[in-house]
Amino acid sequence: MDFDLSEEQRLLKESIDGLLTDSYDFDARKKYQKEKGGWSKAVWGKLAEQGLLGLPFAEADGGFGAGAVETMIVMEALGKALVLEPYLATVVIGGGFLRHGGSAEQKAQHIPGIIDGSKTFAFAQLEKNSRYDLGDVATSAKKKGAGWVIDGEKFVVLNGENADTLIVTARTKGGQRDKTGIGVFLVPAAAKGVTRKGYPTQDGLHAADITLTGVEVGADAAIGDPENALPLIERVVDEARTAMCAEAVGAMDESLKATVEYLKTRKQFGVPIGSFQTLQHRAADMFVALEQARSMSMFATMAADFDSAKERATAVAAAKVQIGKSGKFIGQQSIQLHGGIGMTQEAKIGHYFKRLTMIENTFGDTDYHLRRVTDAGGLV
Amino acid sequence: MDLAFSKEEIAFREEVRAFFRDNVPPETRRKMVEGRHLSKDEMVAWWRILNKKGWGCSHWPKEYGGTGWTSVQHYIFNEELQMHPAPAPLAFGVSMVGPVIYTFGNEAQKKQYLPRIANVDDWWCQGFSEPGSGSDLASLKTKAERKGDKYIINGQKTWTTLAQHADMIFCLCRTDTNAKKQMGISFIVFDMKSKGVTVRPIETIDGGREVNEVFFDDVEVPVENLIGEENKGWDYAKFLLGNERTGIARVGVSKERLRRIKDLASKVEQNGKPVIEDQGFREKLAACEIELKALELTQLRVVADEGKHGKGKPNPASSVLKIKGSEIQQTTTELLMEVIGPFAAPYDIHGDDGSNETMDWTAQIAPSYFNNRKVSIYGGSNEIQRNIITKAVLGL
Repeated sequence: MDFDLSEEQRLLKESIDGLLTDSYDFDARKKYQKEKGGWSKAVWGKLAEQGLLGLPFAEADGGFGAGAVETMIVMEALGKALVLEPYLATVVIGGGFLRHGGSAEQKAQHIPGIIDGSKTFAFAQLEKNSRYDLGDVATSAKKKGAGWVIDGEKFVVLNGENADTLIVTARTKGGQRDKTGIGVFLVPAAAKGVTRKGYPTQDGLHAADITLTGVEVGADAAIGDPENALPLIERVVDEARTAMCAEAVGAMDESLKATVEYLKTRKQFGVPIGSFQTLQHRAADMFVALEQARSMSMFATMAADFDSAKERATAVAAAKVQIGKSGKFIGQQSIQLHGGIGMTQEAKIGHYFKRLTMIENTFGDTDYHLRRVTDAGGLV
Repeated sequence: MDLAFSKEEIAFREEVRAFFRDNVPPETRRKMVEGRHLSKDEMVAWWRILNKKGWGCSHWPKEYGGTGWTSVQHYIFNEELQMHPAPAPLAFGVSMVGPVIYTFGNEAQKKQYLPRIANVDDWWCQGFSEPGSGSDLASLKTKAERKGDKYIINGQKTWTTLAQHADMIFCLCRTDTNAKKQMGISFIVFDMKSKGVTVRPIETIDGGREVNEVFFDDVEVPVENLIGEENKGWDYAKFLLGNERTGIARVGVSKERLRRIKDLASKVEQNGKPVIEDQGFREKLAACEIELKALELTQLRVVADEGKHGKGKPNPASSVLKIKGSEIQQTTTELLMEVIGPFAAPYDIHGDDGSNETMDWTAQIAPSYFNNRKVSIYGGSNEIQRNIITKAVLGL
């Protein structure tokens, strides 16, 4: 049992923290937001230069063969700086599908572009009626010759507006909510029949609603078994959830720091407001919520090595519950303790609150994951 | 980072588990499972079994009879003990006064007291709180006046746990009334059978008799019963209270109680099906289990940190343990209440000594719920814990 970072992991943390301290203060973020696509190509290039985009890929594929802990370190740092660049969509999710399900050819074709920063990905999964159910897929993929024709509508696809390649879930067989008969397909964003309607999201990222009309792809577009890809989807989404838990911990950590700093400097009635016990105890409760969240983020991260897929999934769901609760509490109380200034777009604190709120509602909210833990028979 | 226990640690857990299975008297275990109180003899008998094994004061230095275990081994031992369940070693002796004596006491005191603490030849109680000194402990008034080779002690202590069984007391007394309040306090130990000591039970809301008022009326105590230096008692008290940081979460106790909740909830029916099948109840249970898992991980972080970097600088996460641990213990007793519902009502007038075996053990559920309100009050109330986080962690 060991919760310390290894020497390499400490160096990784220093390197990403250093990069973001240099190039990602709040003013810089505002500038990046105004760039085409809503994030900075230059920062993305720096992430590539430092090898961060290649972390989780096998050395044989040009990566560093890093594990879940390294992703946790990176995501926590990204959460602290409220990074806009599509690390989750591209490296964690896009990369996750390629690593866990991709053929040798698919890996060779797509991974180098991720690692060198020239290509980004987006995961087109959510549908009008699917909500958090990954197995609820109405978009269809029908056989045509050796390849497939895909039809359907996808919503709130993170980085969907900018991505070079879409990873699309589509039904190859059975009814809309059948667990089998689901495939995952690599679709070039420029393919004929793909239309994208992009927009910014509440937390300052960018997403798109995507319509696929008679989109033709080859046989080599399917990742894994086109008739039984739900287990692959669940695995990759669990990794995405785990990564988001770490991102949320970073955001919570900074929210609390900023709030404590504010309590020390803001004066009312002639004294710093941090001298009032009501506010002190609220901040103490925020600290408790943060540490409980940090523990569960680590738990989900280490669960990546569990042998049992069921235990792995339950651990991630439990972590998402804790992160949801802690994130909501810390987010809301950060605003409350900042008072009026917390309500302004100009102050950074509100942006943490918004990111934490969106994280809670991505890939299953607190209630959804509590039900998953319940249905799995609990944790004890 | 690695969550798994090593092979050696897993083997150790098996050893500990097997020892409890084979050596905890079944009656003792049953009473604990059912939430009944144990008699003094039952507790002492078990602690002597533990001491014979060499595990009675496991965290003491080896030279005084400790085990030399790692932080992780201590964690495993406590967790298994709580989950079995079996009574934990008497904290007042083993965790509190023992470490003060071997750290600050003289050779004669070590020789005289430590082996008797380990074997519970003396049952110790704690004389800290007073009617006017709860959270503001340093304001205590009980006075020890030096007269020749004796201290004359006058005053009153309260919330003295199990003083009715006690042979010895360790007591914070004011020895200098002119000094700043923290500076004039001494740590003195003495015989509870001394002339002038009166113990009066306080009945708690659950009907229990575990705490007492203790009065001192011109109690004569030899000066050699002073531990360490005169007027340095506050330092020893702080040492004592900070000594046991990780056990306070009582994760094993909550785990054991969750097992009981599930067991009972699969027997009690509502709408023709067991309560455990009710979705709303199950979700509450799962929510509690998630909180407990987070606490367990937080505790493991602290334990692993201590194991690697020593106890010198406390991990900031350690201040979470008391707050969350007590809240979760309280939640588990609430869940038990919810399962039993209207059948929580019957009150066992002999409940405290557990002698009335004709009452169904469900009669202990409401008292346990009432009694567990104490866990967010004692050992530094949860509000005091928040003050500690505010000052020591957040720097406010």
